[in-house]
Amino acid sequence: MTTVSTRRRVVNVVAQAGAVACTVVVLVPLVLIFGYLLLKGCSSLSWSFFTQLPKPVGEVGGGMANAIVGTLTLVGLACSLGLPVGVLAGVFLGEYGGGRVAWVVRFCADVLAGVPSIVIGIYAYTLVVLPMHGFSAYAGGFALAVIMLPIVARTTEEMVKLVPSTLREASLALGVPTWRTTLWVVVRTARGGIITGIMLSVARVAGETAPLLFTAFGNQFWHQGLTGPISSLPVQIYTYAISPFDDWHRQAWAGALVLLLLVFLTSLAVRVVTRGQVRSVV
Amino acid sequence: MQHKLEVVGLNAWFGTYQALRDINLATPDRHVTAIIGPSGCGKSTLIRCLNRMHEVVPNARATGKVLLDGDDIYAPGLDPVQVRARVGMVFQRPNPFPTMSIFDNVVAGLKLNGARQSRAGLAAVVERSLRQAALWDEVKDDLHASGVSISGGQQQRLCIARALAVEPDVLLMDEPCSALDPIATAKIESLIHELKAHYTIVIVTHNMQQAARVSDLTAFMYLGSLVEFGPTGRIFTTPERKETEDYVTGRFG
Repeated sequence: MTTVSTRRRVVNVVAQAGAVACTVVVLVPLVLIFGYLLLKGCSSLSWSFFTQLPKPVGEVGGGMANAIVGTLTLVGLACSLGLPVGVLAGVFLGEYGGGRVAWVVRFCADVLAGVPSIVIGIYAYTLVVLPMHGFSAYAGGFALAVIMLPIVARTTEEMVKLVPSTLREASLALGVPTWRTTLWVVVRTARGGIITGIMLSVARVAGETAPLLFTAFGNQFWHQGLTGPISSLPVQIYTYAISPFDDWHRQAWAGALVLLLLVFLTSLAVRVVTRGQVRSVV
Repeated sequence: MQHKLEVVGLNAWFGTYQALRDINLATPDRHVTAIIGPSGCGKSTLIRCLNRMHEVVPNARATGKVLLDGDDIYAPGLDPVQVRARVGMVFQRPNPFPTMSIFDNVVAGLKLNGARQSRAGLAAVVERSLRQAALWDEVKDDLHASGVSISGGQQQRLCIARALAVEPDVLLMDEPCSALDPIATAKIESLIHELKAHYTIVIVTHNMQQAARVSDLTAFMYLGSLVEFGPTGRIFTTPERKETEDYVTGRFG
């Protein structure tokens, strides 16, 4: 048996220790945020937080029921707008992504992904709020959809590209037209990965504050239809956190915890519901 | 004799590279034709031209005629989708759809084409196809298991069943056994013998013993050209061309 040189052993230990240390550095903030949120948020959580409207300044108690419903509504609007466009654009890039048009689309998606969310808020303000003469849930949902688009499109593209070409050929050789092959073989096979991308984008937009400030605006009461201003958890947290009242600070912590749990539970639910009997390859 | 499949002056390109040069051959109905030749000689390209799968590859094109029952499948205005429904294909590696059950894999060609059939009708197709592919007895109690949960040899027979379910006239097999062990290979070969009663089969193979065992006619290809084509017995015992003799006796390739 050959002996490993001392130098190699030392290098191995150092490299391993370095990797472990970096992993810890990545995990520590996450654990701290989550722990602190639980600590501060749990004590302020109560049943009324989920069922009541915010109380006027000076009155203790009340809840964020309208903001919870508002966030769900806004994310729902964003999904109904952003997911079809994003997924189909991703399928186009993955399946027919060789040409010049695809290059332009891909480049634009990458640039869009890098645009600060406040800028997208202004964009939605100009495009939706001004013509409609007022803040609205539609404007907020539109702004969030624009943020979702590049994330969904690019992850869908990557997942579609992972589907082996032998499956496409198998389908085409059965006399199945290309569009059905794409829809029922390629997308279906890539389903798991596409859903992961969608959940990532939902998690991202559920916590967006800046683009909602002057689109959905916010509302201390239940919203009156989708054409009026609507409350949302991030904006409510922001408003409460910068206020001078202790009770509002406590509620902001609770709101942050609820937002986190909301995203976590939605991802979990979607995973469970869409898990088929048969596995997907990616 | 009426030929089932007739290739007339077929040329095929990948971009500017010519992969097939002036191929002419004809196969009678319900016979097995083997295509042999060294790697890169154009065997797979030729078989993929027979159901217009060649043109699926970007920049690939073909000229010439391929007559199926006397009708040119390259006729202008003809949709390749229609051709592929009549000329089924089995690939080198088993490729069942991983998201579908065994049952759904078999009827994939029907379902994906939007055919509306009752559950009972589909079940009948599944049983018939799996029986034809000699897989029924092995999977009949487990039709709702994933198509990729069975062994490689079973997966390949599942792919054959899937191709048979759409009731093609011709079955193309592109090295169907190259990814399989000897026992699975033997099963596929005996299956080919049974299928011959109903289908015209064209099989590409690297294995000369296999060609000799399963085929009635053999085509030897070299450098994109068809060197010799004739009854399998004659090609392997008294070939007319020197290249054929060298290849079948194992002197090159």
